[in-house]
Amino acid sequence: MAKKKFGVHPYIPNSVPEVRSEMLREIGAGSVEDLYATIPERLRLKKNMNLPEPFLSEFELKKHVEALLSRNTSCEEYLSFLGGGCYQHDVPAVCDEINQRSEFLTAYAGEPFEDHGRFQALFEYQSLMGELLDMDVVNVPTYDGAQAASTSIRMASRITGRNHVLLSDTLSPDKLLVIRNYCRSDLKIETVGHCPVTGRVDLEDLRRKISKRTAAIYFENPSYLGCVDDQGQKISDLIHQDGGISVVGVDPISLGVIAPPSHYGGDIVCGDIQTLGIHMHFGGGHGGFIATRDEERFVREYPSRLFGIEETAVQGEYGFGDVLYERTSFADRDKSKEFVGTAAALWGITAGVYLSLMGPKGMQEMGKTIMQKSQYAAKRLSEIRGLSLAFPEAVFFKEFVVDFNKAGNSVKSINKSLLQEKIFGGVDLSDQFPELGQAALFCATEIHTKEEINRLAQSLKKILGRSRKAHIVKKGKRG
Amino acid sequence: MGMDMKTKLRRFHQARWDEPVIFESSRKGERGILVPQAEKGIEDVVGDGISKLPRRMRRKKPPQLPELSQMQVLKHYLRLSQENLGADFNVDIGQGTCTMKYSPKVNEQFVRSPKVSALHPLQDPSTVQGILEILYKTDLFLREISGMDRFTFQPASGSQATLAMASIVKAYHASKGESEQRDEIVTTIFSHPSDAAAPAVLGYKVITIYHDESGLPDLEALKKAVSKRTAALFATNPEDTGIFNPKIDEFTKIVRQHGGLCTYDQANANGSLGLTRAREAGFDMCFFNLHKTFSSPHGCGGPGCGAMGVTQKLSEFLPVPVIRFDGKKYLLDYDVPLTIGKVRSFYGVVPAVLRAYAWIMSLGGEGLKEVARVAVLNNNYLLKKVKEIRGASAPYAEGQHRIEQVRYSWERMTQETGVTTDDVTCRMADFGMHMWSSHHPFIVPQPFTLEPTESYAKAELDEYVAALKHISDEAYTNPDIVTTAPHQSVTHRPGHANLDHPDKWGITWRAYLKKCEKGLRKRIG
Amino acid sequence: MRKLGFIVNPIAGMGGRVGLKGTDGWDIVEKAKGLGALPAASEKAAQSLSRLSHLKQDIELWTCSGEMGEAVAVKSGFVPAVVEPVSREKTTSEDTSRAARKMADGSVALVLFAGGDGTARDIQTAVGDRVPVLGIPAGVKMHSAVFSINPMLAGELAGAFLQGGTKRVTDAEVMDIDEEHYREGLVSARLYGYVKVPCGEAHVQGLKVGSPGSEQFFQEAIAQDVIENMEENLLYVIGPGTTTGTVMKKLRLDHTLLGVDLVLNKQIIEKDLNEERLCRRIRGRAARLVIAPIGGQGFLLGRGNQQVSPRTLGEIGKDNVLVLYTQQKLYSLKGRPFRVDTGDPALDRALSGPIMVITGYRTRAVYRIK
Repeated sequence: MAKKKFGVHPYIPNSVPEVRSEMLREIGAGSVEDLYATIPERLRLKKNMNLPEPFLSEFELKKHVEALLSRNTSCEEYLSFLGGGCYQHDVPAVCDEINQRSEFLTAYAGEPFEDHGRFQALFEYQSLMGELLDMDVVNVPTYDGAQAASTSIRMASRITGRNHVLLSDTLSPDKLLVIRNYCRSDLKIETVGHCPVTGRVDLEDLRRKISKRTAAIYFENPSYLGCVDDQGQKISDLIHQDGGISVVGVDPISLGVIAPPSHYGGDIVCGDIQTLGIHMHFGGGHGGFIATRDEERFVREYPSRLFGIEETAVQGEYGFGDVLYERTSFADRDKSKEFVGTAAALWGITAGVYLSLMGPKGMQEMGKTIMQKSQYAAKRLSEIRGLSLAFPEAVFFKEFVVDFNKAGNSVKSINKSLLQEKIFGGVDLSDQFPELGQAALFCATEIHTKEEINRLAQSLKKILGRSRKAHIVKKGKRG
Repeated sequence: MGMDMKTKLRRFHQARWDEPVIFESSRKGERGILVPQAEKGIEDVVGDGISKLPRRMRRKKPPQLPELSQMQVLKHYLRLSQENLGADFNVDIGQGTCTMKYSPKVNEQFVRSPKVSALHPLQDPSTVQGILEILYKTDLFLREISGMDRFTFQPASGSQATLAMASIVKAYHASKGESEQRDEIVTTIFSHPSDAAAPAVLGYKVITIYHDESGLPDLEALKKAVSKRTAALFATNPEDTGIFNPKIDEFTKIVRQHGGLCTYDQANANGSLGLTRAREAGFDMCFFNLHKTFSSPHGCGGPGCGAMGVTQKLSEFLPVPVIRFDGKKYLLDYDVPLTIGKVRSFYGVVPAVLRAYAWIMSLGGEGLKEVARVAVLNNNYLLKKVKEIRGASAPYAEGQHRIEQVRYSWERMTQETGVTTDDVTCRMADFGMHMWSSHHPFIVPQPFTLEPTESYAKAELDEYVAALKHISDEAYTNPDIVTTAPHQSVTHRPGHANLDHPDKWGITWRAYLKKCEKGLRKRIG
Repeated sequence: MRKLGFIVNPIAGMGGRVGLKGTDGWDIVEKAKGLGALPAASEKAAQSLSRLSHLKQDIELWTCSGEMGEAVAVKSGFVPAVVEPVSREKTTSEDTSRAARKMADGSVALVLFAGGDGTARDIQTAVGDRVPVLGIPAGVKMHSAVFSINPMLAGELAGAFLQGGTKRVTDAEVMDIDEEHYREGLVSARLYGYVKVPCGEAHVQGLKVGSPGSEQFFQEAIAQDVIENMEENLLYVIGPGTTTGTVMKKLRLDHTLLGVDLVLNKQIIEKDLNEERLCRRIRGRAARLVIAPIGGQGFLLGRGNQQVSPRTLGEIGKDNVLVLYTQQKLYSLKGRPFRVDTGDPALDRALSGPIMVITGYRTRAVYRIK
């Protein structure tokens, strides 16, 4: 059965038959088929691909895709308290304005003179992050925070020549999966416990596990469970004692009010830039950063691009280029090679715009507002009968764990009930952290109003009340 | 008026704003955006919030970010954007291997809808059935296009997909108890450098086979390289030279006979869509760059997506979660028994997948074949024209047609005039165009790689050729103008004296200032 | 003010134009002239200097009188210092060597010369590795790895080097090719010695994959790989050259740069063996040969190789040959295969075909021997 011949398409200028013929004539070929002479018959696909009929007009395509998308309910329609590695913060209009510009959106790998804008924007991103982190070297963004953590850990291993690595056990399990996959071939990973009351790293456990073979300790501040750890200096001192490296993961939006790791001995600092002016995109808005001091032993280990400022051939004119540390002598650390391509440049530019808009005061105020909102939320939720804070003495930034063990129902079921109230409840931790039992991670940021937080509390109160009643009825029936 | 229609040359000049680095425009006290404050009701209950932080955790001095008002921030970045040459603006056929095609704007509208941008990945699946369907259907499409049995969109680039494939290779052999034995991978010299670098990260020994005189990988060399120690073949085909290896299935057969897996880097798939597939060529895994072949824009270097496909026997190793359809609804399945875990957070760069979906839906099967055919037509048309330029040549595959790109050489011109390919790149910028050489180090001497794709009109191809020809003429008659180019770009040729020494490099503005203060380098300007 | 030494071999290249395979000696020159050849070296030298003329004020040019440099220098707008007056009309190797020695003694930053292998050897004899050297390709035979691709690029590289933009130098082999054999189409290449040359392609922008390594880096990586895989109680015959030399350096062993050494259990058991001695020592024992191609043309084994003869190879066995070569050097061969010409056609045939090359740490290439 012959399919209708494909006509002219707006995305394919030379699909116009006359042009095609002219070009074939100039090439000296009879048909386009001739041009495929180098692909043997036996490798040709004999059948037509089983793909749906296309929507040739833009209008029909729009209708189709929009119909599909209408089956999504976004966090602008429902009230969301989800966190767990992807966050809902306000995205300034200017951020979207800049990353929509075709000049940036459709550029790729031009030279520093014709793509000067991209180089400068990314150099500025590096520099702005440098100020935020109070460090002198930051790379061009890589894939996401998980891969940044993996790379940072491998860097530490190469620098120290050791392959034993300690990770805090309060990392997101998904992040741990990425780290394990990335480091599987040559690193021995061991986890360090945490204090069940404060959520901080268990220093005794750390002390026990550090040795002269330990390359690094990796911990996060705040951790996946939301807790801020004020023992950073002690942790860094412990690892430094035996020549190891302190690797710390941070949430950049917290650094307006929380001290950056470079202030408490952090050597390699990493994290994700999604919170800096980038939408959630269903998990597609991530970019990773790695920062260190401006020392040769660190800089030479970066497997990703670093842009540097440079004078051009014309005196007084500045341009940019890749900082290239050319390795001149092969050492043991070079045995474990690594590479990472540029991976999230557009998000890097966006984060730069965000930080430029915020300025020092904006970051300070943001940190303050977030802490106030999350503390308020924590207080309201912990006041509900049946709920309590899992880490009652923890200091947290924007996320906190709520203990549901006395709630009378599972987090899963309660979240389903919240859904009916048009609320996305906290991330269910029950499977990932079984030692917590039924628990959920709630996130409150600057976008949550007092009314919305109150609404969450009221809904939970109602839902828990209902399930308590159901219990009583059940008990009654039995008794 | 406008460009000279006879010579097809433009009197182009790129925007040049002499825009200071943003810190230099900082004015104390200015605000770019105001942040919501906590309501009084909240403040009454919890106080200022930050006092809860132990003293040593409080940031003493605010970060030294610049202070600008909103319009000024906008202006700064808009100016920088004007100093950038996006594919939408130029005849961007000079970034070979990157497949710089049209990214339809209607797809941007989809991606920017809050129905996509405001979705949290951990929302209850019942609230995201629309996007899950799109992810699932795109998986089905790619299966048809490649012959593979299952796709994941988790890797965020071709390189990350290659790393994921290498992880699966490792896991597969481990499951057979052959990890120790199989510690080598084989690749070819014209495959992408990541095909060698990614497996090396996982500890594999890398054996690279060279090409024979025709420019194709040497089959005899492959036989020497493959053994019981071979874990996998990592091959790009057609290679970056644009030459299709007609014996690719013989290559895979040899590797499979020795028990190795075959992985296919399909970054160069644009000329083969619908015409030849990974499956029939004998591959167990492949990946496509959705930000190349499937129209998602490049974003200055990401975010993108390396969609990775596997055959049935390898699907138990896929990263989690996998998207399934139970007949009624779409689910995220974490129960993949031998999964390699994760290569990236969550499910990948979802906007890139959405764009690929829309692009495929706007073309259909016949449309994809047309894309490939016109890409090949454009490429061979260009090949004929470029070979006519004095000093240019297309090494290998003499007299044969190529697929979607060609790696040319300016070697003759360099021998005769001293003008190099890098010089030509600089001079092309004066006409508003890119010309990329090749990955370093150069194998083809003085290379330049052009990949027209299906997106450019014949007249645009002619324009590009006219510029190349003009520069070739200049090389032979007035080389200085080429060797001192660019003249009409944003800046002049960059230096590099301050980019490779620890005492000199300035990776952040503050580091640069520190070194200037210490007298280690001169302040520019 | 940086000092640049500049030497032109006026007769270099004359033979080639008229089909003679080299211009060694004035009798060949007469023959060439008779066939209509014109001196071409001076023209190429001038092309190079034209790329340096913008540095006229910043360089002190040292050269020889007359056709050996002064004439070209003056024509190119320089005011040279003539450090070697040459009286003869028919200049000789001694003139070249003397001039080069004076330049090295005077600590020039670079000796830029126009000539071929012969000239390179004359300079190497005088200068060794005391000062860097760079060749403007003007000879017929240019197997030594000291030449730029063309005169213009030689001038540019010299300029970049003098200005400090390019600082690195690397070892380059100077070759001695047997004239007679060469004219018969055979390969008899001998490693004559080493000089230091400035590194071209100094700065590489636009890298998307990792940071680069210098030639030195990869040679050390190769050495690391070889050493880690060295088996106990196995004899290792280490061939000449810097690549194999790096293995010895890493083992902290003395190395005969132009000769063959014998290593067992990572210790030297004998240095600089001749063929007789070598065969005797490896007879009946398991051995590996560690060699690298020499020169810029990929000669792996030539007739002139006194130590590694067909007999030696017979004792070792062709499967026990480890070939070392960096990727960068492989690329520079532009697809041309390695050449072997042992003098034994059967052995040559046996050695032909694909061969595994160690190109770095845990990296290999499969290349071809012809």
